[in-house]
Amino acid sequence: MTVTAQRTGAASVPVPPPGEAAAGRIRLEHISLRYGPASPTAPSVLQDIGLELAGDEFICVLGPSGCGKSSLLNLIAGYIQPSEGRIVIDGAQHSAPDTKVGVVFQHANLFPWLSVARNVEFGLKMAGMPKAERRRKAQAYLELVGLASAASMYPHQLSGGMKQRAAIARTLAADPSIILMDEPFSALDALTRESMQTHVGEIWRKTGKCILFITHDVDEALLLGRRILLLHPSPGRIVEDFANPLHAEGKAPLRSSREFAELREWLIGRIADGAPSGAARQGRTGRAEAMPLGGPSSRQEPYRP
Amino acid sequence: MAIAPSAANKREARRSRAESRLLPAAVSAGSVLAVLLLWWLSGRFGWVSPLFLPPPADVWAAFADIAQHGYKDSSLAAHVGASLRRILIAIALAAVTAVPLGILCGRNRWLRAVFDPFVEFYRPLPPLAYYSLLVLWFGIADESKIVLLFLSGFSPLFIAAVHSSRQVPAERINGARSLGARGWRLYAYVILPSCLPDVLTGLRTAVGVTYSTLVAAEMVAAISGMGWMVLDASKYLRSDIIYAGIILMGIIAIIIDSSLRLLIRKASPWARG
Repeated sequence: MTVTAQRTGAASVPVPPPGEAAAGRIRLEHISLRYGPASPTAPSVLQDIGLELAGDEFICVLGPSGCGKSSLLNLIAGYIQPSEGRIVIDGAQHSAPDTKVGVVFQHANLFPWLSVARNVEFGLKMAGMPKAERRRKAQAYLELVGLASAASMYPHQLSGGMKQRAAIARTLAADPSIILMDEPFSALDALTRESMQTHVGEIWRKTGKCILFITHDVDEALLLGRRILLLHPSPGRIVEDFANPLHAEGKAPLRSSREFAELREWLIGRIADGAPSGAARQGRTGRAEAMPLGGPSSRQEPYRP
Repeated sequence: MAIAPSAANKREARRSRAESRLLPAAVSAGSVLAVLLLWWLSGRFGWVSPLFLPPPADVWAAFADIAQHGYKDSSLAAHVGASLRRILIAIALAAVTAVPLGILCGRNRWLRAVFDPFVEFYRPLPPLAYYSLLVLWFGIADESKIVLLFLSGFSPLFIAAVHSSRQVPAERINGARSLGARGWRLYAYVILPSCLPDVLTGLRTAVGVTYSTLVAAEMVAAISGMGWMVLDASKYLRSDIIYAGIILMGIIAIIIDSSLRLLIRKASPWARG
Protein backbone atom coordinates (compact mmCIF):
# COMPACT_ATOMS: atom_id res chain seq x y z
CA MET A 1 0.00 0.00 0.00
CA THR A 2 1.35 3.40 -0.93
CA VAL A 3 1.49 5.88 1.83
CA THR A 4 0.74 9.41 0.79
CA ALA A 5 3.01 11.41 2.95
CA GLN A 6 1.39 14.85 2.86
CA ARG A 7 -0.68 15.95 5.75
CA THR A 8 -3.81 17.41 4.28
CA GLY A 9 -4.60 20.00 6.88
CA ALA A 10 -6.24 17.68 9.38
CA ALA A 11 -6.04 20.50 11.91
CA SER A 12 -9.09 22.21 10.42
CA VAL A 13 -11.28 19.41 11.71
CA PRO A 14 -12.83 20.49 15.00
CA VAL A 15 -10.93 18.33 17.42
CA PRO A 16 -9.99 19.62 20.86
CA PRO A 17 -6.31 19.70 21.66
CA PRO A 18 -5.60 16.64 23.79
CA GLY A 19 -5.01 17.09 27.47
CA GLU A 20 -7.06 20.25 27.82
CA ALA A 21 -9.90 19.04 29.97
CA ALA A 22 -11.77 22.33 29.92
CA ALA A 23 -12.31 22.12 26.18
CA GLY A 24 -14.12 18.81 26.37
CA ARG A 25 -17.81 18.89 27.19
CA ILE A 26 -18.02 15.11 27.30
CA ARG A 27 -15.36 13.13 29.10
CA LEU A 28 -15.01 9.41 29.70
CA GLU A 29 -12.51 8.73 32.47
CA HIS A 30 -11.00 5.25 32.74
CA ILE A 31 -14.25 3.52 31.85
CA SER A 32 -14.27 -0.24 32.29
CA LEU A 33 -17.23 -2.54 31.99
CA ARG A 34 -17.49 -6.14 33.10
CA TYR A 35 -20.59 -8.25 32.98
CA GLY A 36 -21.49 -10.82 35.54
CA PRO A 37 -20.12 -10.94 39.09
CA ALA A 38 -18.27 -7.80 40.09
CA SER A 39 -14.91 -9.45 40.40
CA PRO A 40 -11.79 -7.96 38.86
CA THR A 41 -11.13 -11.26 37.11
CA ALA A 42 -14.38 -11.27 35.08
CA PRO A 43 -13.74 -10.69 31.36
CA SER A 44 -13.97 -7.05 30.37
CA VAL A 45 -16.38 -5.81 27.74
CA LEU A 46 -14.65 -2.47 27.78
CA GLN A 47 -11.29 -1.76 29.32
CA ASP A 48 -9.96 1.57 30.46
CA ILE A 49 -11.64 3.77 27.87
CA GLY A 50 -10.50 7.36 28.03
CA LEU A 51 -12.13 9.82 25.68
CA GLU A 52 -12.76 13.50 25.40
CA LEU A 53 -15.23 15.03 22.99
CA ALA A 54 -15.75 18.68 22.10
CA GLY A 55 -19.27 20.01 21.93
CA ASP A 56 -19.51 20.06 18.13
CA GLU A 57 -17.71 16.99 16.81
CA PHE A 58 -18.94 14.28 14.50
CA ILE A 59 -17.30 11.13 15.80
CA CYS A 60 -17.73 7.72 14.27
CA VAL A 61 -17.07 4.73 16.48
CA LEU A 62 -16.08 1.88 14.22
CA GLY A 63 -15.61 -1.71 15.17
CA PRO A 64 -16.62 -5.27 14.46
CA SER A 65 -19.66 -6.68 16.24
CA GLY A 66 -18.84 -7.69 19.76
CA CYS A 67 -16.20 -5.01 20.27
CA GLY A 68 -18.31 -3.26 22.89
CA LYS A 69 -19.41 -0.25 20.84
CA SER A 70 -23.04 -0.67 21.80
CA SER A 71 -22.02 -1.05 25.43
CA LEU A 72 -20.10 2.20 25.06
CA LEU A 73 -23.28 3.89 23.82
CA ASN A 74 -25.37 2.42 26.64
CA LEU A 75 -22.80 3.70 29.13
CA ILE A 76 -22.73 7.24 27.76
CA ALA A 77 -26.54 7.30 27.62
CA GLY A 78 -26.66 6.19 31.26
CA TYR A 79 -28.60 3.00 30.52
CA ILE A 80 -25.90 0.90 32.17
CA GLN A 81 -23.28 1.74 34.76
CA PRO A 82 -19.54 1.30 34.30
CA SER A 83 -17.71 -1.13 36.57
CA GLU A 84 -15.03 1.49 36.93
CA GLY A 85 -14.52 5.07 35.89
CA ARG A 86 -16.98 7.86 35.30
CA ILE A 87 -18.59 9.93 32.59
CA VAL A 88 -18.64 13.69 32.90
CA ILE A 89 -20.88 15.86 30.75
CA ASP A 90 -20.82 19.64 31.01
CA GLY A 91 -18.91 19.36 34.26
CA ALA A 92 -21.36 17.03 36.01
CA GLN A 93 -21.14 13.29 36.41
CA HIS A 94 -23.65 11.51 34.16
CA SER A 95 -24.95 8.24 35.55
CA ALA A 96 -28.66 8.09 34.59
CA PRO A 97 -30.44 8.78 31.31
CA ASP A 98 -31.62 12.36 30.88
CA THR A 99 -31.99 15.02 28.21
CA LYS A 100 -28.26 15.81 28.16
CA VAL A 101 -27.66 12.72 26.05
CA GLY A 102 -30.02 12.09 23.15
CA VAL A 103 -30.17 8.68 21.53
CA VAL A 104 -31.19 7.62 18.03
CA PHE A 105 -31.67 3.87 17.98
CA GLN A 106 -31.10 1.33 15.25
CA HIS A 107 -34.86 0.93 14.91
CA ALA A 108 -36.51 4.31 15.09
CA ASN A 109 -38.29 3.48 18.35
CA LEU A 110 -40.99 6.11 17.83
CA PHE A 111 -44.09 6.03 20.02
CA PRO A 112 -46.61 4.29 17.75
CA TRP A 113 -49.66 5.95 19.36
CA LEU A 114 -48.40 9.46 18.64
CA SER A 115 -48.33 11.29 15.32
CA VAL A 116 -44.93 12.30 13.97
CA ALA A 117 -45.40 15.85 15.27
CA ARG A 118 -46.40 14.61 18.76
CA ASN A 119 -43.40 12.30 18.78
CA VAL A 120 -41.11 15.25 18.09
CA GLU A 121 -42.90 17.27 20.77
CA PHE A 122 -42.48 14.54 23.38
CA GLY A 123 -39.24 15.83 24.93
CA LEU A 124 -40.57 19.39 24.94
CA LYS A 125 -43.74 18.25 26.69
CA MET A 126 -41.68 16.45 29.30
CA ALA A 127 -39.74 19.69 29.80
CA GLY A 128 -43.03 21.47 30.50
CA MET A 129 -42.99 23.73 27.45
CA PRO A 130 -46.37 25.36 26.66
CA LYS A 131 -48.37 23.77 23.88
CA ALA A 132 -48.19 26.54 21.27
CA GLU A 133 -44.44 26.93 21.63
CA ARG A 134 -43.88 23.21 21.45
CA ARG A 135 -45.99 22.95 18.26
CA ARG A 136 -43.93 25.68 16.63
CA LYS A 137 -40.62 24.15 17.67
CA ALA A 138 -41.55 20.64 16.57
CA GLN A 139 -42.58 22.00 13.18
CA ALA A 140 -39.19 23.70 12.82
CA TYR A 141 -37.34 20.46 13.57
CA LEU A 142 -39.55 18.53 11.18
CA GLU A 143 -38.68 21.05 8.48
CA LEU A 144 -34.99 20.61 9.31
CA VAL A 145 -35.18 16.87 8.69
CA GLY A 146 -37.44 17.35 5.64
CA LEU A 147 -40.51 15.76 7.17
CA ALA A 148 -42.83 18.74 7.58
CA SER A 149 -45.41 17.27 5.22
CA ALA A 150 -45.66 14.06 7.29
CA ALA A 151 -46.30 15.82 10.61
CA SER A 152 -49.77 14.39 11.10
CA MET A 153 -48.90 10.86 9.96
CA TYR A 154 -48.38 7.96 12.35
CA PRO A 155 -45.14 5.95 12.58
CA HIS A 156 -46.65 2.81 11.07
CA GLN A 157 -47.49 4.82 7.95
CA LEU A 158 -43.85 5.87 7.39
CA SER A 159 -41.02 4.22 5.48
CA GLY A 160 -37.86 3.20 7.33
CA GLY A 161 -35.95 6.31 6.28
CA MET A 162 -38.80 8.63 7.28
CA LYS A 163 -39.01 6.94 10.67
CA GLN A 164 -35.32 7.63 11.28
CA ARG A 165 -35.75 11.25 10.20
CA ALA A 166 -38.58 11.60 12.71
CA ALA A 167 -36.46 9.96 15.40
CA ILE A 168 -33.61 12.37 14.68
CA ALA A 169 -36.00 15.35 14.84
CA ARG A 170 -37.38 14.07 18.14
CA THR A 171 -33.89 13.78 19.62
CA LEU A 172 -32.81 17.21 18.32
CA ALA A 173 -35.94 18.85 19.76
CA ALA A 174 -34.98 17.78 23.28
CA ASP A 175 -31.77 19.83 22.80
CA PRO A 176 -29.17 17.36 24.13
CA SER A 177 -25.47 18.16 24.61
CA ILE A 178 -24.55 15.07 22.63
CA ILE A 179 -26.49 12.78 20.30
CA LEU A 180 -25.64 9.10 20.22
CA MET A 181 -26.60 7.21 17.10
CA ASP A 182 -26.57 3.43 17.26
CA GLU A 183 -26.14 2.15 13.70
CA PRO A 184 -29.26 4.14 12.78
CA PHE A 185 -29.12 3.36 9.06
CA SER A 186 -28.08 -0.29 9.15
CA ALA A 187 -31.66 -1.53 8.77
CA LEU A 188 -32.34 0.67 5.73
CA ASP A 189 -31.98 -0.26 2.08
CA ALA A 190 -28.79 0.90 0.35
CA LEU A 191 -30.30 3.86 -1.50
CA THR A 192 -32.13 5.22 1.53
CA ARG A 193 -29.01 4.70 3.63
CA GLU A 194 -26.96 6.82 1.28
CA SER A 195 -29.44 9.68 1.27
CA MET A 196 -29.73 9.49 5.06
CA GLN A 197 -25.94 9.66 5.39
CA THR A 198 -25.85 12.84 3.34
CA HIS A 199 -28.76 14.15 5.33
CA VAL A 200 -27.30 13.52 8.77
CA GLY A 201 -24.11 15.30 7.69
CA GLU A 202 -26.18 18.34 6.74
CA ILE A 203 -28.06 18.23 10.02
CA TRP A 204 -24.77 18.14 11.88
CA ARG A 205 -23.48 21.17 9.96
CA LYS A 206 -26.69 23.12 10.57
CA THR A 207 -27.11 22.33 14.24
CA GLY A 208 -23.50 22.03 15.38
CA LYS A 209 -24.46 19.24 17.77
CA CYS A 210 -21.91 16.74 18.98
CA ILE A 211 -22.78 13.44 17.32
CA LEU A 212 -21.31 10.10 18.31
CA PHE A 213 -22.20 7.71 15.54
CA ILE A 214 -21.73 3.99 15.99
CA THR A 215 -21.25 1.83 12.92
CA HIS A 216 -19.62 -1.33 11.71
CA ASP A 217 -19.56 0.01 8.15
CA VAL A 218 -16.11 1.35 7.20
CA ASP A 219 -17.51 3.40 4.29
CA GLU A 220 -20.08 5.01 6.51
CA ALA A 221 -17.46 5.94 9.09
CA LEU A 222 -15.23 7.50 6.42
CA LEU A 223 -18.12 9.38 4.81
CA LEU A 224 -19.52 10.80 8.02
CA GLY A 225 -16.89 10.84 10.74
CA ARG A 226 -14.76 13.94 11.15
CA ARG A 227 -13.05 11.95 13.84
CA ILE A 228 -12.93 8.18 13.82
CA LEU A 229 -12.45 5.86 16.76
CA LEU A 230 -11.60 2.26 16.05
CA LEU A 231 -12.40 -0.33 18.70
CA HIS A 232 -10.90 -3.78 19.04
CA PRO A 233 -12.74 -6.53 20.90
CA SER A 234 -12.02 -8.65 23.97
CA PRO A 235 -11.54 -6.54 25.82
CA GLY A 236 -13.14 -3.62 24.00
CA ARG A 237 -10.65 -0.79 23.73
CA ILE A 238 -9.86 2.20 21.54
CA VAL A 239 -6.94 1.36 19.24
CA GLU A 240 -7.18 4.26 16.81
CA ASP A 241 -8.40 7.81 17.32
CA PHE A 242 -7.76 10.13 14.43
CA ALA A 243 -9.12 13.08 12.51
CA ASN A 244 -10.53 11.86 9.21
CA PRO A 245 -8.27 13.40 6.56
CA LEU A 246 -10.96 12.97 3.91
CA HIS A 247 -12.93 15.75 5.53
CA ALA A 248 -10.00 18.16 5.62
CA GLU A 249 -10.70 21.63 4.28
CA GLY A 250 -14.41 21.01 4.47
CA LYS A 251 -14.62 19.01 1.25
CA ALA A 252 -16.94 16.07 1.05
CA PRO A 253 -15.23 12.69 0.68
CA LEU A 254 -15.60 10.96 -2.66
CA ARG A 255 -16.06 7.22 -2.51
CA SER A 256 -14.31 6.89 -5.86
CA SER A 257 -11.18 8.78 -4.82
CA ARG A 258 -7.90 7.00 -4.30
CA GLU A 259 -7.56 8.48 -0.83
CA PHE A 260 -10.88 6.95 0.14
CA ALA A 261 -9.85 3.53 -1.16
CA GLU A 262 -6.52 3.68 0.67
CA LEU A 263 -7.99 4.72 3.99
CA ARG A 264 -10.68 2.11 3.62
CA GLU A 265 -8.12 -0.59 2.93
CA TRP A 266 -6.04 0.53 5.89
CA LEU A 267 -9.02 0.58 8.25
CA ILE A 268 -10.19 -2.86 7.15
CA GLY A 269 -6.67 -4.09 7.88
CA ARG A 270 -6.69 -2.49 11.30
CA ILE A 271 -10.05 -4.08 12.07
CA ALA A 272 -8.66 -7.47 11.05
CA ASP A 273 -5.69 -6.91 13.41
CA GLY A 274 -8.13 -7.18 16.26
CA ALA A 275 -9.78 -10.37 15.06
CA PRO A 276 -9.21 -13.33 17.41
CA SER A 277 -7.41 -15.29 14.67
CA GLY A 278 -4.42 -13.30 13.50
CA ALA A 279 -4.49 -15.33 10.27
CA ALA A 280 -6.61 -12.67 8.64
CA ARG A 281 -3.51 -10.58 8.23
CA GLN A 282 -1.37 -13.21 6.56
CA GLY A 283 1.34 -11.84 4.37
CA ARG A 284 1.40 -8.53 6.19
CA THR A 285 3.66 -7.33 8.88
CA GLY A 286 2.47 -8.00 12.37
CA ARG A 287 2.78 -4.42 13.55
CA ALA A 288 0.22 -1.81 12.67
CA GLU A 289 0.93 -0.23 9.36
CA ALA A 290 1.22 3.48 9.09
CA MET A 291 -1.98 5.29 8.31
CA PRO A 292 -2.15 6.68 4.79
CA LEU A 293 -2.69 10.36 4.00
CA GLY A 294 -2.48 11.92 7.41
CA GLY A 295 0.19 9.63 8.72
CA PRO A 296 0.47 8.68 12.36
CA SER A 297 1.02 12.28 13.35
CA SER A 298 -2.67 13.10 13.02
CA ARG A 299 -3.62 10.39 15.46
CA GLN A 300 -4.57 11.38 18.91
CA GLU A 301 -3.27 9.74 21.98
CA PRO A 302 -6.22 8.30 23.92
CA TYR A 303 -7.24 10.80 26.54
CA ARG A 304 -5.72 10.23 29.95
CA PRO A 305 -6.64 12.70 32.63
CA MET B 1 -39.69 6.27 0.84
CA ALA B 2 -42.26 3.63 0.16
CA ILE B 3 -43.24 3.14 -3.43
CA ALA B 4 -46.98 3.74 -3.76
CA PRO B 5 -48.83 0.78 -5.23
CA SER B 6 -50.63 1.62 -8.44
CA ALA B 7 -54.32 2.48 -8.30
CA ALA B 8 -55.24 -0.66 -10.18
CA ASN B 9 -53.28 -2.82 -7.75
CA LYS B 10 -54.97 -1.11 -4.84
CA ARG B 11 -58.40 -1.70 -6.29
CA GLU B 12 -57.51 -5.30 -6.95
CA ALA B 13 -56.29 -5.74 -3.37
CA ARG B 14 -59.42 -4.12 -1.96
CA ARG B 15 -61.66 -6.35 -4.03
CA SER B 16 -59.88 -9.53 -2.98
CA ARG B 17 -59.94 -8.36 0.63
CA ALA B 18 -63.66 -7.71 0.41
CA GLU B 19 -64.18 -11.11 -1.18
CA SER B 20 -62.15 -12.87 1.48
CA ARG B 21 -64.34 -11.26 4.14
CA LEU B 22 -67.70 -11.56 2.39
CA LEU B 23 -67.51 -15.20 1.42
CA PRO B 24 -67.09 -16.68 4.92
CA ALA B 25 -69.79 -14.28 6.16
CA ALA B 26 -72.16 -15.62 3.49
CA VAL B 27 -71.38 -19.20 4.52
CA SER B 28 -72.06 -18.33 8.18
CA ALA B 29 -75.37 -16.70 7.26
CA GLY B 30 -76.30 -19.79 5.25
CA SER B 31 -75.56 -22.20 8.11
CA VAL B 32 -77.54 -20.06 10.57
CA LEU B 33 -80.49 -20.00 8.17
CA ALA B 34 -80.25 -23.79 7.76
CA VAL B 35 -80.44 -24.34 11.53
CA LEU B 36 -83.39 -21.93 11.77
CA LEU B 37 -85.09 -23.89 8.99
CA LEU B 38 -84.49 -27.19 10.82
CA TRP B 39 -85.88 -25.61 13.99
CA TRP B 40 -88.99 -24.48 12.13
CA LEU B 41 -89.40 -27.91 10.48
CA SER B 42 -89.11 -29.74 13.80
CA GLY B 43 -91.90 -27.59 15.21
CA ARG B 44 -93.98 -27.90 12.06
CA PHE B 45 -93.82 -31.71 12.03
CA GLY B 46 -93.71 -32.22 15.79
CA TRP B 47 -90.30 -33.98 15.84
CA VAL B 48 -89.52 -32.71 19.32
CA SER B 49 -91.86 -31.90 22.19
CA PRO B 50 -92.49 -28.13 22.38
CA LEU B 51 -91.41 -28.30 26.03
CA PHE B 52 -87.87 -29.12 24.89
CA LEU B 53 -87.94 -27.02 21.76
CA PRO B 54 -90.82 -24.61 21.27
CA PRO B 55 -91.30 -23.61 17.62
CA PRO B 56 -89.74 -20.33 16.48
CA ALA B 57 -93.14 -18.66 16.29
CA ASP B 58 -93.78 -19.36 20.00
CA VAL B 59 -90.37 -18.03 21.00
CA TRP B 60 -90.97 -14.92 18.93
CA ALA B 61 -94.40 -14.51 20.51
CA ALA B 62 -92.90 -14.87 24.00
CA PHE B 63 -90.29 -12.28 23.12
CA ALA B 64 -92.90 -9.90 21.75
CA ASP B 65 -94.96 -10.42 24.90
CA ILE B 66 -92.15 -9.67 27.38
CA ALA B 67 -90.98 -6.82 25.20
CA GLN B 68 -94.45 -5.29 25.34
CA HIS B 69 -95.67 -6.18 28.81
CA GLY B 70 -92.43 -6.89 30.58
CA TYR B 71 -91.70 -9.92 32.74
CA LYS B 72 -92.91 -10.09 36.35
CA ASP B 73 -93.53 -6.44 37.12
CA SER B 74 -90.49 -5.12 35.22
CA SER B 75 -90.15 -4.19 31.60
CA LEU B 76 -87.70 -6.08 29.41
CA ALA B 77 -85.58 -2.94 29.14
CA ALA B 78 -85.40 -2.84 32.96
CA HIS B 79 -84.18 -6.46 33.07
CA VAL B 80 -81.57 -5.88 30.38
CA GLY B 81 -80.62 -2.57 31.98
CA ALA B 82 -80.20 -4.15 35.43
CA SER B 83 -77.86 -6.80 34.03
CA LEU B 84 -75.82 -4.39 31.95
CA ARG B 85 -75.60 -1.93 34.85
CA ARG B 86 -74.10 -4.64 37.09
CA ILE B 87 -71.60 -5.61 34.40
CA LEU B 88 -70.70 -2.01 33.66
CA ILE B 89 -70.05 -1.09 37.30
CA ALA B 90 -68.08 -4.30 37.90
CA ILE B 91 -65.94 -3.83 34.78
CA ALA B 92 -65.33 -0.15 35.54
CA LEU B 93 -64.18 -1.06 39.07
CA ALA B 94 -61.99 -3.86 37.73
CA ALA B 95 -60.46 -1.57 35.09
CA VAL B 96 -59.49 1.20 37.52
CA THR B 97 -57.96 -1.27 39.97
CA ALA B 98 -56.58 -4.19 37.95
CA VAL B 99 -54.95 -2.13 35.19
CA PRO B 100 -52.84 0.24 37.34
CA LEU B 101 -51.99 -2.53 39.80
CA GLY B 102 -51.15 -4.95 37.00
CA ILE B 103 -48.92 -2.41 35.24
CA LEU B 104 -47.06 -1.65 38.47
CA CYS B 105 -46.69 -5.38 39.17
CA GLY B 106 -45.36 -5.91 35.65
CA ARG B 107 -42.67 -3.29 36.20
CA ASN B 108 -41.73 -4.34 39.72
CA ARG B 109 -41.08 -7.99 40.48
CA TRP B 110 -41.29 -7.50 44.25
CA LEU B 111 -44.77 -6.05 43.97
CA ARG B 112 -45.63 -8.88 41.60
CA ALA B 113 -44.40 -11.39 44.15
CA VAL B 114 -46.77 -9.85 46.71
CA PHE B 115 -49.94 -9.98 44.60
CA ASP B 116 -49.37 -12.95 42.32
CA PRO B 117 -50.23 -15.75 44.79
CA PHE B 118 -53.67 -14.31 45.52
CA VAL B 119 -54.64 -13.73 41.91
CA GLU B 120 -53.31 -17.14 40.90
CA PHE B 121 -55.23 -18.76 43.76
CA TYR B 122 -58.67 -17.31 43.18
CA ARG B 123 -58.51 -17.12 39.38
CA PRO B 124 -59.29 -20.79 38.64
CA LEU B 125 -62.02 -20.97 41.34
CA PRO B 126 -65.56 -21.27 39.99
CA PRO B 127 -67.33 -18.03 40.96
CA LEU B 128 -70.28 -19.89 42.45
CA ALA B 129 -67.94 -21.54 44.96
CA TYR B 130 -67.34 -18.28 46.78
CA TYR B 131 -70.54 -16.46 45.85
CA SER B 132 -72.33 -17.55 49.02
CA LEU B 133 -69.49 -16.02 51.04
CA LEU B 134 -69.90 -12.78 49.13
CA VAL B 135 -73.61 -12.79 49.92
CA LEU B 136 -72.74 -13.20 53.60
CA TRP B 137 -70.33 -10.30 53.38
CA PHE B 138 -72.16 -7.90 51.09
CA GLY B 139 -75.80 -8.88 51.49
CA ILE B 140 -78.32 -10.12 48.99
CA ALA B 141 -78.76 -6.85 47.12
CA ASP B 142 -76.76 -5.67 44.11
CA GLU B 143 -73.48 -5.25 46.01
CA SER B 144 -72.65 -8.95 46.25
CA LYS B 145 -73.46 -9.46 42.56
CA ILE B 146 -71.26 -6.55 41.53
CA VAL B 147 -68.41 -7.81 43.72
CA LEU B 148 -68.72 -11.27 42.17
CA LEU B 149 -68.62 -9.82 38.66
CA PHE B 150 -65.77 -7.52 39.69
CA LEU B 151 -63.71 -10.48 40.92
CA SER B 152 -64.37 -12.47 37.77
CA GLY B 153 -63.35 -9.52 35.59
CA PHE B 154 -60.36 -8.52 37.72
CA SER B 155 -58.03 -11.43 36.99
CA PRO B 156 -58.11 -11.35 33.16
CA LEU B 157 -57.48 -7.59 33.25
CA PHE B 158 -54.76 -7.93 35.86
CA ILE B 159 -53.00 -10.67 33.94
CA ALA B 160 -53.22 -8.73 30.66
CA ALA B 161 -51.82 -5.62 32.36
CA VAL B 162 -48.94 -7.51 34.01
CA HIS B 163 -48.06 -9.27 30.79
CA SER B 164 -48.24 -6.16 28.62
CA SER B 165 -46.18 -3.98 30.93
CA ARG B 166 -43.47 -6.63 31.05
CA GLN B 167 -43.45 -6.65 27.25
CA VAL B 168 -42.80 -2.90 26.83
CA PRO B 169 -39.51 -2.79 24.91
CA ALA B 170 -36.61 -1.66 27.14
CA GLU B 171 -35.44 0.51 24.27
CA ARG B 172 -38.72 2.44 24.25
CA ILE B 173 -38.44 3.16 27.96
CA ASN B 174 -34.76 4.06 27.66
CA GLY B 175 -35.54 6.37 24.74
CA ALA B 176 -38.29 8.08 26.73
CA ARG B 177 -35.97 8.57 29.69
CA SER B 178 -33.41 10.18 27.39
CA LEU B 179 -36.18 12.55 26.30
CA GLY B 180 -36.77 13.55 29.91
CA ALA B 181 -39.63 11.24 30.96
CA ARG B 182 -39.34 10.17 34.60
CA GLY B 183 -41.47 8.78 37.42
CA TRP B 184 -45.24 8.94 36.95
CA ARG B 185 -44.86 10.65 33.58
CA LEU B 186 -43.01 7.62 32.27
CA TYR B 187 -46.00 5.52 33.33
CA ALA B 188 -48.69 7.91 32.08
CA TYR B 189 -47.14 8.87 28.75
CA VAL B 190 -45.14 5.79 27.75
CA ILE B 191 -45.93 2.60 29.65
CA LEU B 192 -49.72 2.94 29.83
CA PRO B 193 -50.16 3.72 26.11
CA SER B 194 -47.76 0.88 25.29
CA CYS B 195 -49.95 -1.51 27.29
CA LEU B 196 -53.23 -0.23 25.89
CA PRO B 197 -53.68 -2.73 23.01
CA ASP B 198 -53.10 -5.73 25.28
CA VAL B 199 -55.16 -4.24 28.09
CA LEU B 200 -58.09 -3.68 25.72
CA THR B 201 -57.84 -7.31 24.61
CA GLY B 202 -57.84 -8.23 28.30
CA LEU B 203 -60.92 -6.05 28.72
CA ARG B 204 -62.64 -8.06 26.00
CA THR B 205 -61.85 -11.28 27.85
CA ALA B 206 -62.95 -9.74 31.13
CA VAL B 207 -66.30 -8.63 29.72
CA GLY B 208 -66.82 -12.14 28.33
CA VAL B 209 -66.05 -13.82 31.67
CA THR B 210 -68.18 -11.33 33.57
CA TYR B 211 -71.07 -11.81 31.22
CA SER B 212 -70.98 -15.57 31.67
CA THR B 213 -70.85 -15.17 35.45
CA LEU B 214 -73.92 -12.95 35.29
CA VAL B 215 -76.50 -15.74 35.35
CA ALA B 216 -74.83 -17.23 38.43
CA ALA B 217 -74.84 -13.81 40.07
CA GLU B 218 -78.53 -13.33 39.36
CA MET B 219 -79.49 -16.76 40.69
CA VAL B 220 -79.52 -15.76 44.32
CA ALA B 221 -82.19 -13.42 45.63
CA ALA B 222 -82.50 -11.33 42.51
CA ILE B 223 -85.74 -9.87 41.15
CA SER B 224 -84.36 -8.45 37.95
CA GLY B 225 -81.85 -9.10 35.22
CA MET B 226 -81.70 -11.23 32.11
CA GLY B 227 -80.16 -14.17 33.99
CA TRP B 228 -82.83 -14.04 36.65
CA MET B 229 -85.55 -13.86 33.99
CA VAL B 230 -84.33 -17.06 32.33
CA LEU B 231 -83.93 -18.89 35.64
CA ASP B 232 -87.33 -17.75 36.86
CA ALA B 233 -88.99 -18.85 33.61
CA SER B 234 -87.45 -22.30 34.03
CA LYS B 235 -89.31 -22.71 37.32
CA TYR B 236 -92.56 -22.51 35.36
CA LEU B 237 -91.26 -24.58 32.45
CA ARG B 238 -91.75 -21.59 30.16
CA SER B 239 -89.26 -22.81 27.57
CA ASP B 240 -90.42 -20.18 25.09
CA ILE B 241 -89.24 -17.43 27.47
CA ILE B 242 -86.03 -19.34 28.25
CA TYR B 243 -85.20 -19.54 24.55
CA ALA B 244 -86.13 -15.91 23.97
CA GLY B 245 -83.98 -14.85 26.93
CA ILE B 246 -80.99 -16.94 25.84
CA ILE B 247 -81.13 -15.67 22.28
CA LEU B 248 -81.40 -12.09 23.56
CA MET B 249 -78.38 -12.60 25.85
CA GLY B 250 -76.41 -14.03 22.93
CA ILE B 251 -77.25 -11.14 20.65
CA ILE B 252 -76.36 -8.54 23.30
CA ALA B 253 -73.03 -10.35 23.92
CA ILE B 254 -72.21 -10.24 20.22
CA ILE B 255 -73.01 -6.52 20.08
CA ILE B 256 -70.83 -5.78 23.12
CA ASP B 257 -67.95 -7.86 21.79
CA SER B 258 -67.97 -6.37 18.33
CA SER B 259 -68.09 -2.83 19.70
CA LEU B 260 -65.09 -3.67 21.89
CA ARG B 261 -63.30 -5.07 18.87
CA LEU B 262 -64.05 -1.88 16.99
CA LEU B 263 -62.74 0.16 19.92
CA ILE B 264 -59.50 -1.87 19.97
CA ARG B 265 -58.98 -1.32 16.28
CA LYS B 266 -59.64 2.42 16.60
CA ALA B 267 -57.47 2.81 19.69
CA SER B 268 -54.40 0.98 18.40
CA PRO B 269 -54.28 0.95 14.62
CA TRP B 270 -50.53 0.21 14.70
CA ALA B 271 -51.04 -3.11 16.49
CA ARG B 272 -53.12 -4.57 13.70
CA GLY B 273 -51.46 -7.74 12.45
